Formats: sequence, structure tokens, C-alpha cells
Amino acid sequence: MSFTRSGLLVASLLCLATTRAHADDTIKVGLILESSGPFASQARQIANGAKAYVKAHGDTVAGKKIELVFKDVGGPAPDVAKRLAQELVTRDKVQFLGGFVLTPNALAVAPVATQAKVPTIIMNAATSIITAKSPYIVRVSFTLSQVAAPLAEWAAKNNIKHVYTLVSDYGPGNDAETTFKTVFTAHGGEIVGSVKVPLKNPDFSPFIQRIKDAKPEAVFVFVPAGDASVGFMKAFAERGLDKAGIKLIGTGDLTDDDVLTAMGDPALGVISTHHYSAAHESPENAAFKKVYAEVAGAGVRPNFMAVGGWDGMHLIYDVVQKLGGNVDGDKAMAFIKSGVTIQSPRGTISIDPATRDVVQDVYVRKVQKVGGQLYNIEFDKVAHVKDPGKS
Amino acid sequence: MAAARDVVMPGIARPRWTPLEIVFWLAPIAAYVAFPDRRLLLSQIFIYGLFALSLDLVLGYAGILSLGHAAFFGAGAYTAALLAQHGWTEPLSGLVASGAVSAAFGLVVSLLVVPGSELGRLMVTLGVGLLMFEVANHASSITGGVDGLTDLPIGALLGRIPFGLDGRAACAYGFAILLVVFLLARRLVQSPFGLALRGIRENVRRMPAIGVDVNQRLRIVFAVAAGIAGLAGAALTQTTQLCGIDSLGFQRSAELLIMLVLGGAGRLYGALIGATVFIVAQDSLAGLSPDYWQFWLGAALVALVLIARGGLLGALDALRRRVTRGKR
Amino acid sequence: MRTLIGVLFDGVAYGSLLFLISLGLSVTMGLMSFVNLAHGAFAMMGGFLCVTLMRRLGISFGLTLPLVFVVIGAAGALIELGLYRRLYRASALDQVLFTIGLTFMTGAAATWIWGPSQQPIALPPSLHHQITLLGVDFGVYRLFLVGFVVVLAALLGLGVARTRFGAQLRAAVDNPQAAAGVGINVSLLFSITFALGTGLSGLGGALAIDVLGLDPTFALKYLVYFLLVVVVGGPGSLKGSLAAALLLGVADVAGKYYVPQLGSFVIYAAMIILLVVFPHGLYGRRA
Repeated sequence: MSFTRSGLLVASLLCLATTRAHADDTIKVGLILESSGPFASQARQIANGAKAYVKAHGDTVAGKKIELVFKDVGGPAPDVAKRLAQELVTRDKVQFLGGFVLTPNALAVAPVATQAKVPTIIMNAATSIITAKSPYIVRVSFTLSQVAAPLAEWAAKNNIKHVYTLVSDYGPGNDAETTFKTVFTAHGGEIVGSVKVPLKNPDFSPFIQRIKDAKPEAVFVFVPAGDASVGFMKAFAERGLDKAGIKLIGTGDLTDDDVLTAMGDPALGVISTHHYSAAHESPENAAFKKVYAEVAGAGVRPNFMAVGGWDGMHLIYDVVQKLGGNVDGDKAMAFIKSGVTIQSPRGTISIDPATRDVVQDVYVRKVQKVGGQLYNIEFDKVAHVKDPGKS
Repeated sequence: MAAARDVVMPGIARPRWTPLEIVFWLAPIAAYVAFPDRRLLLSQIFIYGLFALSLDLVLGYAGILSLGHAAFFGAGAYTAALLAQHGWTEPLSGLVASGAVSAAFGLVVSLLVVPGSELGRLMVTLGVGLLMFEVANHASSITGGVDGLTDLPIGALLGRIPFGLDGRAACAYGFAILLVVFLLARRLVQSPFGLALRGIRENVRRMPAIGVDVNQRLRIVFAVAAGIAGLAGAALTQTTQLCGIDSLGFQRSAELLIMLVLGGAGRLYGALIGATVFIVAQDSLAGLSPDYWQFWLGAALVALVLIARGGLLGALDALRRRVTRGKR
Repeated sequence: MRTLIGVLFDGVAYGSLLFLISLGLSVTMGLMSFVNLAHGAFAMMGGFLCVTLMRRLGISFGLTLPLVFVVIGAAGALIELGLYRRLYRASALDQVLFTIGLTFMTGAAATWIWGPSQQPIALPPSLHHQITLLGVDFGVYRLFLVGFVVVLAALLGLGVARTRFGAQLRAAVDNPQAAAGVGINVSLLFSITFALGTGLSGLGGALAIDVLGLDPTFALKYLVYFLLVVVVGGPGSLKGSLAAALLLGVADVAGKYYVPQLGSFVIYAAMIILLVVFPHGLYGRRA
């Protein structure tokens, strides 16, 4: 009995999925973002990046009009994210889902993507396992392992032998720490100490003191971008660790373009690895920044999340173009898995057909002052990095 | 802060059912039929209504200010999730088991909470809630940490109706649990036990004089409320097949308090009305203005308190009084 | 030993900041029995005002501090007269609902005006390095914080103990009806005290930018800590708030330094233990 019922359910959803293709002249894209609450700044970057792409390329593709539908999930709330995804699919009849600053929300939406056969574009959430949760998920952002591994390699090759690690105590932090430790020790380095800081942590001074006591050559840091990274940077400088000769290295979350100005001069000289810097020199990036300023306002700098939104829309446009405006979930995923390459503002990126995850160059950058403002200036790169977290 | 001022309660719910009450309980059924594409939202309204009801027992009837009630919601949610992960997929029995675990946990916590001052209880419950969050975060190999537990294998309801994305089973399940618990809670607050609670809330010093063991009553109601919160948490896990760490978080406790006070504490129905209004308002406002809906919600709360005391039910009472006064 | 002193000092600095912001809330809750959960919003607005004054008008950090105190204090007085006064007789629950609503509105308005990101602040370079005393490194900014709060606490303590206003305040906290009966203008007292309390919290918010950061979620994010200090210390007690803030600050910092795996637990466990042992707060009124 229950088998027939669920069979009926799947069949009706399938019909929904296929009939949608012949419905309107509008293709709706549902973007689920954490727009209110502590991640509002990041969510806004993604939203503005997506809107900027639509502005730059027009809202018509293959004769169909592209419409963005924004939904707020508030913060980490997987039950709400799942409900919003379901409502976007059945009520708003979206043909693509996208967004997701946070991993738990992306994970919750996976069953909806699978059952409704809706391609779901991850524009930020950076934990490796997400793409494995549904064959309809594709990621255009990055993973923590993908950017932490090159940093460990770079450190080992550049005469840094003793490193102390400090990460925030949650999934991405653990991913970053594990990857860094594995790669660094494999290249002959030594981890002299590790500490995990609570997510809600107003004062970093006790942790900084521990680092000072251990006297490492460098500190590897991962904390989420926002008050945590700013707080850490200020405490680091205030306790004089930079003057004590301890280098600060971290993933690009530490020197996120969105908060780099708020950090101020203490951030100068910090080495990080990431997939996007606002200072990246390329015609695509220049064009991107110009349109972004029109959408977000003149003083707002785009960060890696904005690029996630931009490239996510780029992928959607490519899919719609390829399918001639008739979007079918399976055909869309087949196209995506055929080896898609995108000229992104960050450089060239491609989607790995086996894992549906992004393959990209990871840059090594240093924070420097350019024109009176702080930027991550790229000076080296590791090409075509696949997510090591998968293997 | 005198406890007596805390709750406006014009009268005990009458033993017999008023026509208004019957209409109230038919409304969700009407909503189910009238809004077929909003059934997931409806099921979540039932679940949070149940959660708010449990807080009403503690706050509205017993007068204990609790800012950490989500700890029990989360306890129930995680119990149901872990049971399902380890092969116990039948939902109803899983639900009952989760409720029992939460109730036991509530009894333990009540030992810390009950003997405190008013503000002290507020902070102890807050502290317990925050501690639970950290524990769940640390034990990430069991709880999934911040990523939570997803793809839980929850069995079909009564072996026949699976918890699908259309929300049918979720609605039926949520509504049934809510109705059953409400009936029991109604009985409870009209019983001598319930009257003793009112007495404790209004004048705690007199109660021992008439032979009431205050602390024992409070511990019992706290444990019962924790159990009900656990049922709500388990129901959420089962209907969504996932369990997130936010179920334990401070934000959940704070939102719950707002829902209850919005509706009107100490009336049972206030909890249900508050939960419904809050969730529907939040959903609609967030749809209209994803970035700034909190402003409008805040403004609505401010306006409500300026107009009338005692939440929405208090406002309705004030309106009724004005109308009847006009008739005279 | 040197690290112990260093860690203790950090805890004291952190605690001093909490004290500065929470003092106003303690007085409001103790004196007026008003649950003002919007207190964090005043601190936040103090921070935003400071940033705006520095960036738009080019005023130096030091000069913004008295300005912030006066402006936020005045705003507090206006809000007290216009809105809060109507709710003194309302239940605690209604006060909670009202002030939470205000906090939501303030946070959303701040997002609209200043954007959701962290606010940058350029402190004068003189405040941004370390000095070494007796072999221990101290951050200059934290030294400044501690010094500022010590002087302030002393002034306030003297004010409460020695001035007529202080005597009236103490009388009103102990027994508002008797105080009114003796001819003290309690409602004027309320307004002045509320204005002072909010002014101080605005000032604290400005001073906190470099330590705690500033964004529109500040008010709700740190509300828990302010409540903690007030309730553990005992509402209405200056000594209580100071003791609680320092205790909790040191416990938090020391816990994270010596046992980082349990870092987050220490402050909550400390609070629960303190409240179980002192149900009315360290220096609270026995009801």
C-alpha cells in the first residue's frame, strides 16, 4: 500500500517536473539565503552577485525570461530550508534552486532536489560532503579542503616547519584543520599545537596567549568571516604576535574581502589561500566589479560569495541556453556532467563530471595596501585543484 | 518583580467546550483543505504550537521564567533522530520514547531550576540551554554537530502513510499529537494540581500553609512540560527526517517565548494562537522583505503591547470588555 | 606566574567592558523593575554613532566618547519619557515583548542604514600596541579600558554613597513607595538614572568596537552576557555588577586558556553554580 502511495507521489512530482518545462515563458530560479540574522552580510553578497549577473547579461535566455525568487532562511535552520525548497518547487514552480551560505541548509535541501529532479546550485556552502547527497547538486563555490591543502603545501615548501593551528569548533573548521594537518605533516612539517575555539567567542585573548607560549613559526587559522575573523585579527596584533615573528596564515575566510577593511592594518602581511580575490587582475573581474557596484552600491566590495552567486547564475544561463529554454532536470544534469567550463571573475573554473564539484585554481595571496585600501594580492597559485576531501 | 503581575488570566477554562473552542479546532482542518500547497507550513505550526503549549504550562501556569526550553525540544529531537539511525524507525513508539527521555531530563534540570529566585531561574534555564548547545556541538560524531543529522530513515505512519514532501502525513501526525496533548493539558490545569499551580504562581508563600508541597509541584510540572517539548521536537525530526543543532539553540527558546507572550500566557489557547500568528507573520513578512522583515515584526510587537496587555488574547479580552460596556 | 597575571588581566579587561555596558541594565532592572531587553541596542547605537562621528565628521576617537555618552543618554531619556514610562505597571512578560520588539526594529534599521557587515574603526595608533610592565606584556587599549572603568566605578561609588542624589537613589531602590512618601521625586529619579545608564552603555558600546566588533546583530548577540552579569551580580547593585562582571570575565578567559577543550562550558557552568549558591545574586536584595 505504502509503496503504491509513494510511487504515486513520485510520479506526480515527476509529471510536475516535466510539465513545468512546457509551462510559461518564465524560468524561475529559487534562491534560499540566510538574509536576516548573523549571516546577512554573506547572504547579501551572494544575492548581489546573482543580481549583477542578470543585470550584465539581460534577463532573457533562449527566449525565456529568468526570474529570481528570494527566500530567507534566517540562519542555520535545516527544517525551514527544506520547507522553503519544497514550497519553491511546488508553489513557485522553480526550475533551479540555488544559494546556501551554510552547510546544514544545503544538506537539508538535498532530498527535495532528488525527488523533484531540480538542479541545485551551491553558491557557497563549503563542506565536502554536500555534493554527494544528491545527484542534482552542483557546486560552483569551493570547499575548505580545496583551499587548505595548497596552503599546507605552500607553507612546507617555504621553510615553515612548526605550525600551531586554531580553528572554530564546527564542521568546516574541523575539515580545514584535518586537511591542513594531513598535508602539512605529509610534507615534513610539524604541528606544535592545536586549539578549537567555540563558535560564539567574544574574546580571543586566552587563545592568543596559548599560541604565544608555544612560539611556533606560524599559526594556521580558520574562523568564519565576520566578527570572529575581525576579533581574531585584532587580538593577534594587540598581543604583538606579529612582532614576535609569528607568521599568520589561513584560508581566505580570514582575509575575506567583505571584512578586510574592518580589520585594518593588523591584517597587513597575512598569507592566505583562496579561490577569489577582489584584486584579481582579469577583464572578467573588472567587468564583474563594475556591474556589482551598480547593484550593491559604490562602496561595497564583492567577495568570494558574490562570485559564487555570479558564477551560479552563469551556469544556469549556460544550461538554459544549451537546452533551448526547455529545462528538464535530467537533461540539465547530463549537460553539467559533460564537462562545463566557465570563465569566472576568479579565473577559469570547471565542474568535475564525477563529483559535480568545482575544480579551480587556488591562489596564494598576501594582504597589502593598494591605493590606501587593503587587498589580497595574488603572488602564486596551484592550478586545477580538485576537492581533496572527496578522496 | 512581583509574580502576580506576570500573567493576566481572567478565568479558568470552563470544563465544558464552548462553541468558539469547537470552531477553533475545526479551523486547522479547514486550513488543510483550503491551502493544499502550504501543508508543510501547517504541520510546523502544529509542532510549534505544541512546543509553545509546553512552555505555557511552565511559564503561564507555574510562573517559572524559562529561557532554555529549547533544551528539551532538542533532547526529544535528537532522541528521535538517534533512534531512527539505529534501526528504531517506527514513528509513534519513537515519539513516546523521546518524550520520556525529555521528561526525565526535565526532572533532573528542575532540581537546579525550581529552588531559585525569579531572575535566577531565567538565567539557570538559559545557562542549561546554552550548555546543551555546546554539548551537542562537541559530541559531533553522534549529533552531527552544526551540520546536523539528515536523511533519517523514518518509517511510515501507522505503517501506511509515509512522511512525504507533500506534508499530508506530517499534518495528520502533528494535529493528532497536538489535540491529544491539549486535551490532557486542559484536564491538568483544571484539576486540583492545576489549581495548586495557579496558587503557587499568585502567592507562593501561602501555599505551604494549606499543605501544598510547592517545590514538588513545580518539579512535576517542569518535567511534564519538558516531556511535551520533547514530543514536539521528536515530531519535527520525524516529519522532516532531519535534526539540526538549531533545535537546541537560544534563538529557538527566545522565539518560543515571544510566541507565547504574543498569544497570551496562562490561557493554553494563547500558546496556540501565538505560535500560529508568529509563524505565519514571519513567513509572509520574510517573503515580502527577506532582508528587513524583522523591523516589521518588531514594530508589530511594540504596537501590540502599546495597545493592550496580555498578548493577543489580552487584546481580544479588552475589545470584548469595551463592546460589552458599550452595550450597557 | 607571568602568564597567570597576563590571563587574569585579560579577564579583568573583558569583565570591565561587560560591567560598563551592563551597569545601566542592572540599575534599570533593580530600580525600576523594568526588564529592558533593548539595553544591548543602546550599546550598539553608541558604537554606530561613534563610527559615524569618526568617519563622517572626522572627530577623533577620544572626543567621540563624551559625545556618544551625551547623545545616547539623551535618546534614552526621551525613550523613557515617551515609551517606557507607560509600561512600568505592565507585566514582566509584556515588557519583554516590547523591548524585544524594539531591539528587532533597531537591528533592522541599523542594517538598512549601515549595512550588515562589520564596521571598521581606526583607533589612534597610540592605543594600539603593547607595553611591558614587570616582565608581562599588556595591551595598551586594555589597560586604558581597565583604567577607565576603575575610575568610573570609583566615581559612581562615591556618587552613590556621598551625594544627595545617590542617597535618593539608594532609598528608591530599597523601597520606592517609602521614598516617594518621603518626598523624593521618584519619576524624575527614574528618568535621570535611566539616561545615565543608557549613556554609559552607549559609551561601552563605542569602547567595545575594538574588542567585540560591531555589526547590526550586536544587540541580540551580547544580550545574554549583559543579562548574565546583572542577574549574577544582583539587580540594582553596582558592587554586584562589578563583582559579577569581573568574576565571569576572568572565569571565561582563564577557562579558555587553561582548558580550551571546555572553553565554552566554563562561563555557563560558572553562572549556574553561582546562581544556585546565590539565588538572588551576589549582592542582590533578599526579597
